[in-house]
Amino acid sequence: MTTFGWPEAYFILRAASWTLALTAIAFVIGSLIGGVFAIMRLSRIKLLRRFAAGYILVVQSIPVLMVLFMSYYGLSAAGVELPPFLAASASLAVYASAYLAEIWRGSIESVPRQQWEASASLALTTSQQYRYIILPQALRISLPPTVGFLVQLVKNTSIVQVVGFVDLMRAGMLVNNATYQAFQIFTLVAAIYFAICFPLSRLSRHLEKVMNASRSH
Amino acid sequence: MLFQDVVSRWPMILNGVMLTIGLSFVAIGLGIVLATLMSAWRSLAGAWAGYIVDAYVELMRNTPFLVQLFMIFFGLPQIGIRMNGLEASLLAMTLNLAAYATEIIRAGVDSIHKSQVEAGLALALSRRQVFQYVILQPAFARVWPALSSQFVLMMLASSICSFVSVQELSGTAAIIEADTFRSFETYIVVTVVYLLLALTLKLFLNWLGHKIFPQVSGLARLDAKAEAA
Repeated sequence: MTTFGWPEAYFILRAASWTLALTAIAFVIGSLIGGVFAIMRLSRIKLLRRFAAGYILVVQSIPVLMVLFMSYYGLSAAGVELPPFLAASASLAVYASAYLAEIWRGSIESVPRQQWEASASLALTTSQQYRYIILPQALRISLPPTVGFLVQLVKNTSIVQVVGFVDLMRAGMLVNNATYQAFQIFTLVAAIYFAICFPLSRLSRHLEKVMNASRSH
Repeated sequence: MLFQDVVSRWPMILNGVMLTIGLSFVAIGLGIVLATLMSAWRSLAGAWAGYIVDAYVELMRNTPFLVQLFMIFFGLPQIGIRMNGLEASLLAMTLNLAAYATEIIRAGVDSIHKSQVEAGLALALSRRQVFQYVILQPAFARVWPALSSQFVLMMLASSICSFVSVQELSGTAAIIEADTFRSFETYIVVTVVYLLLALTLKLFLNWLGHKIFPQVSGLARLDAKAEAA
């Protein structure tokens, strides 16, 4: 029987890079979809508003695990074979998009109304208003909660091990199956997740403080 | 698509739903109690109590629920603490929820103005009474919406407990899928059930909030007014 030593710890540590890659891809794709939904949610057209609100509500009210199962097992049964990494990225991106859309909608809404009115009176089109006036300000406001959500995203990548993708969590489980030293292994796995998430949490809190300070001036 | 294979197994699905609801409610109940105790300990004991509670909260909030569950289910037996999947799930959910709830309650406690505490002490209330009536109850009322959404998230996260072979809703889904080979149909049905569960829970918690904190709507309205001003 193998025991838990340096080679195993190194294997787990290397798998952490896949967790980071998955987080990054899910975040980028999720941002694109989420950004579109955030703006749709604030559209003047009722149908778009309703559709975006429905999408956000549904995705936020089902477990990420079900999104993952539907995209992996479901689509493969329907004849669309997704490799684990794609299925994992796609489902996490869908999950992220709903939360990011809601965060950004809030940020856009918290830009004072006068900014919309002033820019409209300068004859800017809606897309110009977003591009030059609203989004730069909304971006600042959205930074702390977005970084905070990133922590949730990193943690939720841990469930993709169920479709066989070797991320940090899966690596820990594989080593555990070979060595049965669960306590040490999962302590290491937890420590690595903590090392990724804790700085992000602190950054989010720090940003919040900085922004609040500048707003009260 | 053939849904009847899946839908005809509705008694199994119902069992899964019951277990998901049961797990969530027990974890929510125990989690609130634990979070309240930790908040009280942080407020009433010395500074080092605060450090311990903070460390616990940060540790739980910055590691995945799945890792916590596996630590309890696979890791603890190695040091002689053995429990079955259901017990491990309950413990993991309670500990996880307690950490988030403690953080949320802290925000509520921080929102209570110092003058309130001073007024309470001036009325000769003991420190414990001040904590209970002047700090904790209004704090709870204020953060109830945030707590509610955390409870819904916990209910959704309970789907992860199927990884330690607990037959709650998503565990049931895995069995039905293996029985019928109708993966897509199974997961669509179960997802819809989760959706209904989450929406019902949201409504129920809203109603409960108005019931146990009659002043909550008044307070929330006051907060909104203060923000608008």
